[in-house]
Amino acid sequence: MRIECPLCGGRDRREFYYKGAALVRPDVDAGAQAWDGYVHLRENPAGATLDLWQHEAGCGAWLVVSRDTVTHEVYGVQLAAAYSVGARA
Amino acid sequence: MRVSEQGSGDTVRFRFDGVGYSGRMGDTVASALLASGVKLVARSFKYHRPRGILTAGSEEPNALITVGKGAQAEPNVRATVQEVYDGLEVFSQSAWPSLKFDAMAVNDLAAPFLGAGFYYKTFMWPKAFWEKLYEPVIRRAAGLGRLSGRHNPDTYDKAFAFCDLLVVGSGPSGLMAARVAADAGLDVILCEEDSRMGGRLLVEREDVGGVPAAQWAERQVEALAAMPNVRLMTRTTVTGAYDGGVFGALERVTHHVPRSGAPLECFWRITAARTVLAAGALERPIAFENNDRPGIMMAGAVRAYLNRWGVAAGQRVVVFGNNDDAHRTARDLHGAGVEVAALIDARADAEVGDVPYPVHLGAQVCGSTGRGGLTSVRVRTGAGEVNIKADCLAMSGGWNPTVHLTCHMNGRPAWREDIAAFVPTPDAIPSLEAAGACNGAFSTAACLAEGAEAASRVVEALGGAASVEMPEAEDAAYRIAPLWAVAGKGRAWLDFQNDVSVKDVKQAAVENFRSVEHMKRYTTQGMATDQGKNSNVGALAVLADATGRGIPETGVTTFRPPYSPVAIAALGAGAQGKGFAPERLTTSHKQSEEMGAPMIEAGLWYRPSYFPRDGETTWRQSCDREVGYVRKAVGVCDVSTLGKIDIQGPDAAKLLDFVYTGMFSTLKEGRVRYGLMLREDGTVMDDGTCARMGAEHYVMTTTTAAAGDVMRHLEFVCQMLHPEWDVTFTSVTEQWAQFAVAGPKSRELLNGVLGEAIDNESWPFMACGEATVLGVAGRLFRISFSGEHAYEVAVPARYGAALFAELVKRAEAMGGGAYGMEALNVLRIEKGHITHSEIHGRVMAFDVGMERMVSDKKDCVGKVLAAREGLVDPMRERMVGLRPVGAVKSLSAGAHIFDAGAAHVHENDQGYVTSVCFSPDVGTMIGLGFVKNGPARMGERMVVRDHVRDLTVEVEICSPVFVDPEGGRVRG
Amino acid sequence: MREGLSGNKGWQPHWRDAEPKAEYDAIIIGGGGHGLSTAYYLAKEHGMTNIAVIEKGYLGGGNVGRNTTIVRANYFLDGNSQFYSHSLKLWENLEQDLNYNVMLSQRGQLMLCHSDGQRDAYARRGNSIVGQGDDAELLDVEGVRKIAPYLDFENTRFPIYGGLLQRRSGTARHDAVAWGYARGASERGVDLIQQCEVTGIDIENGVVRGVQTTRGAIRAKKVGIVVAGRSSQVAAMAGMRLPIESHVLQAFVTEGLKPVIDNVISFGMGHFYISQSDKGGLVFGGDLDFYSSYAARGNLPMVEHVMEAGMTLMPMIGKAKVLRSWGGIMDMTPDGSPIIDKTETEGLFVNCGWCYGGFKAVPGSGNSFAHLMATGEHHAPAARFRLDRFRTGRGLMDEEGTGAQHNLH
Repeated sequence: MRIECPLCGGRDRREFYYKGAALVRPDVDAGAQAWDGYVHLRENPAGATLDLWQHEAGCGAWLVVSRDTVTHEVYGVQLAAAYSVGARA
Repeated sequence: MRVSEQGSGDTVRFRFDGVGYSGRMGDTVASALLASGVKLVARSFKYHRPRGILTAGSEEPNALITVGKGAQAEPNVRATVQEVYDGLEVFSQSAWPSLKFDAMAVNDLAAPFLGAGFYYKTFMWPKAFWEKLYEPVIRRAAGLGRLSGRHNPDTYDKAFAFCDLLVVGSGPSGLMAARVAADAGLDVILCEEDSRMGGRLLVEREDVGGVPAAQWAERQVEALAAMPNVRLMTRTTVTGAYDGGVFGALERVTHHVPRSGAPLECFWRITAARTVLAAGALERPIAFENNDRPGIMMAGAVRAYLNRWGVAAGQRVVVFGNNDDAHRTARDLHGAGVEVAALIDARADAEVGDVPYPVHLGAQVCGSTGRGGLTSVRVRTGAGEVNIKADCLAMSGGWNPTVHLTCHMNGRPAWREDIAAFVPTPDAIPSLEAAGACNGAFSTAACLAEGAEAASRVVEALGGAASVEMPEAEDAAYRIAPLWAVAGKGRAWLDFQNDVSVKDVKQAAVENFRSVEHMKRYTTQGMATDQGKNSNVGALAVLADATGRGIPETGVTTFRPPYSPVAIAALGAGAQGKGFAPERLTTSHKQSEEMGAPMIEAGLWYRPSYFPRDGETTWRQSCDREVGYVRKAVGVCDVSTLGKIDIQGPDAAKLLDFVYTGMFSTLKEGRVRYGLMLREDGTVMDDGTCARMGAEHYVMTTTTAAAGDVMRHLEFVCQMLHPEWDVTFTSVTEQWAQFAVAGPKSRELLNGVLGEAIDNESWPFMACGEATVLGVAGRLFRISFSGEHAYEVAVPARYGAALFAELVKRAEAMGGGAYGMEALNVLRIEKGHITHSEIHGRVMAFDVGMERMVSDKKDCVGKVLAAREGLVDPMRERMVGLRPVGAVKSLSAGAHIFDAGAAHVHENDQGYVTSVCFSPDVGTMIGLGFVKNGPARMGERMVVRDHVRDLTVEVEICSPVFVDPEGGRVRG
Repeated sequence: MREGLSGNKGWQPHWRDAEPKAEYDAIIIGGGGHGLSTAYYLAKEHGMTNIAVIEKGYLGGGNVGRNTTIVRANYFLDGNSQFYSHSLKLWENLEQDLNYNVMLSQRGQLMLCHSDGQRDAYARRGNSIVGQGDDAELLDVEGVRKIAPYLDFENTRFPIYGGLLQRRSGTARHDAVAWGYARGASERGVDLIQQCEVTGIDIENGVVRGVQTTRGAIRAKKVGIVVAGRSSQVAAMAGMRLPIESHVLQAFVTEGLKPVIDNVISFGMGHFYISQSDKGGLVFGGDLDFYSSYAARGNLPMVEHVMEAGMTLMPMIGKAKVLRSWGGIMDMTPDGSPIIDKTETEGLFVNCGWCYGGFKAVPGSGNSFAHLMATGEHHAPAARFRLDRFRTGRGLMDEEGTGAQHNLH
């Protein structure tokens, strides 16, 4: 498996750390349900998904990867910093 | 028998089961044994039936041998792959006491009881007989070769490679594809499993481009070898297809020569922009009664031994097939002067032409005789059955395209009726195209054309222009009429190694194991070392027939990596011994070793356990002495392994407020604060100190084990959660050597090395700042893990060794000295300071009495979920101190805690012990542990029970701070 | 033995292939190990025989057909401790109960430790196991050497300090477990319906009414979801979002070899475990590939990591050749422990989240899930496997101590 780091180019999976679904962190007072949803409950799609990876053994960038969980095809990669600004807006 | 010396190399001598044989350079063990007339080479797995050589390739299910002796012995090597060399020693396996007389062959007589699924329905009554009686017998009988049981003594290697085009296989399609792509300037890797490039071109008598096929292949290889953009890899099997154009490949580097110290094998990770699969096809047997005798071989293999190695597999050969390709074997044998006793084609309408040997059309071989080797075959013709004497039968049930790699990413091959075989589904592997025989194109001309076309498409896709010059080649049609199993009463074998017969498959269907996966699992069909390469399609056809379905409806079993078996030592190359994980050493490592300290693992680091002195016979004596240094004089300890993260920027304080439970924005410059870090689920992730070196500059320390996790966590917070913050940080763990100087005389020691003397006013408890240490710019922190007046002094790592030596020397002169991990542990337990023994991943701030450290003034990671009802329940197991109060003064970590008088069973469990030590200060053993509602039970007497060490101790629950509970010493 | 003498002609089909009826008292979605054992115990212990198991592929074709076959009861947290103890006891009587040889082989499992801290953690675990009434022994390095003399005691990167041995642990023949339960359920009248995919769950006014399938609608008073690897998809049909992420776990088997590894050996530092099958293959595995996946296949980095762990721990396996690798899809929960619970829909039950430890749980899981489905009451051994523990923080069971959130197990 290979991921195209926007900063470094295509790199082998072994350079990356995987975190999981790319979700927006709720406010501190968003309530138990919102927090349960953020930390525990998952769509867990069999198909297209957005998840968080870090190019840990490379530039250190956190990435949001658009990917298929059935075929492992990678559709696109963006920096988490850029994604996060858009997702929280 | 060697019938031709053409092209064969020098004579080499090798031994098989202790008997000397000669072969020629370039021979495999199989070709050399066949040349010497050896037929019986192995026994089957279940019934221990005699086995001979079946094939001429890595798909061989029968001729498995052990190569070498002692620790170097390698079991389950295919005799059809292992090349001979002078001094080679190989052995048969799976037979006892000998290959000719195998006592386990009695299994064959018991066969009526050992049919498909025999384990499940029998061998279980009475209770316990399975494990005590039957299982040991079955285990002993099972297995093929034997591991030596000794550490692997050989070198294996791993490597990465990258290319524009990977070509798998070097037959006509592969050579053509490689040539076209290479001519167009692509970076090409061509992998060939065999020792020589050329594939079927090496073993067929035909012309390509107007010259003999082998010669044409040789010319292509020479041309490719001369091109700098081409890497030719012989003896290299592409074993697996993975995501992103990554392929695994095993190169057998030195199996064909005597041991030299060079790696035996190299496992390659090849990343290819495009791949052409040109893996050819494998011939399949036909099932008939006793079709498994030594001497019964694949027709293509018989031809290969003849044409490539000059070896006749028999003196009188019968050829039996259901397709035109089999006819070539008869033709070539006759041409080489070998007697062809008969050509038998199951098809009544087969076209044979005028040939000088007997031909039976519309006939089938339906049986055979010969105990240790074939003596005759029984042939059923329209006129009845006849016996034909023969010592070799060359059979061909047709060819199966080698689709395996295309299934590795869950692709399912498609059935093609015209060739009665499965072919790859296009795009089963992204960026891979199949060409030639593996794609169902069986004539040489078609293979060449498909290889060229596939490569041309790759060249164009990568922006180049391809030019192709097609050589002339044979283009005969491949005609076949399926024949899977010849009707008959006796056992007709499908899987030769696992002894699966046509009857077994039919019986599975009767028992409702109708899914191909069920049948496979019930009969073990296709689960032998060839993974069904020879037998799966035949067995599937028999199952289809038995269940009244077509082959495509019946399905296929999944082919999974590796294509052919790969040694664990190759896949795990480099890890044996210390290679498994990096070894991180501190700057004081060498001196600690010189001082005799046992070095123990701390994460990836090594740290000194204790520093023994003359006359000390136990670690405890050393430890107690070192604890005394810190409590009474001064001790020095290397704490460099703690993670150190340098954090700078206008928003540094915001970051720290967010990742720690406490406030760091209010921390004064030049001061240090203890911090607790949570995961988002509220559990404690790490703890440590953080020093404010300037308005926008902090230095964070982490525990040794969590340094990487914390770094990643900070990156996550700053990139994903708060990209708007202006803060940067970097790990400086390895840039700074840091030493704890602890004890009542610590300041006195330090004032001897600091550029500017300090006192309690200028450098109070929890002060920090820049300091000059023996002329070197460093840092000084007044922090304490021991509860004593203590400091940590840091200098750039290049001065670490020198500073450690100097600190230790000065400490010794003051009645102190170096202390190690054991003493450090005692010192912190005495003070109730937590480590990963306490914050073991399930513990909340609430559980370690630090709930007040979670600031209610701000958000922080983990704050919300730490407040869940179940996590703030007073009845949770919470940290306490433990002190033995009964007759037994011993304590052990991992013991459980019970109410006095309660039975020591799970329902009564009240908690457990996490850390224990002998406290020289208290004079007994003490411990830390977690007890339900612990803080409310101070003074209560409970029982600590260690079942696995058989220790029962009466304890009193007490404060976890055993030494200096008022905390005056750190401020002194 | 009689069958051997009569030419093996008398064997009957192992189970009936049933056509779906219009209505059942209960439907089990999923014909894997857990689903089949649930059906078996519903019929055997609760007299519920008008029930069906609906399987989209073939029986036993999921994780029960592709795992490393380890059976053990060496968990230590409250909840897990009782449950696996219960399951192991069922294992020990399974062959007689089912009249089917599942080839349970209690050859012992040895978990190695590599530091003082790890040994103490294992002592805590061992004490918990003994307190639960199961067996555990803490071994020093010499004790380990007696059991596994072939380990590298001299040069391995993480030296061996000792280990925790459970002698009643072992292995079983995974396919046979599924077949035995299928046969037992079928004999008791349970309909086993293969090649039938559930496409919807019918719910009216908060009460389950049945399922939609590729072979038509089937009504049912109770529905149990037992579909590890597809739990999130099937639960979504009932409008639920589960605390589950699907991950792929690879495993490996070598060519057959003469017996050389007598026990199950676990190497925590390297995330590696190994045993040898009765047929002689070394069966081993390691950690998840660590990215959410439904592909049932893995990639090379974890393959190599597993092999590297094997080579540092027991370099004598170097010349064994990996014959086959495969990947299973794991229902990973935040705390690494399973879920057997009711849902907010009346009559709808879930059994999921077995992470990578589902095989050993097969008897206990079916037994406890059957109890819950039949009686509506939680079965004592599995009473802690609640869905709401993540929301409340009550009864989290993070055996590994890596944190109760996704991707840490």
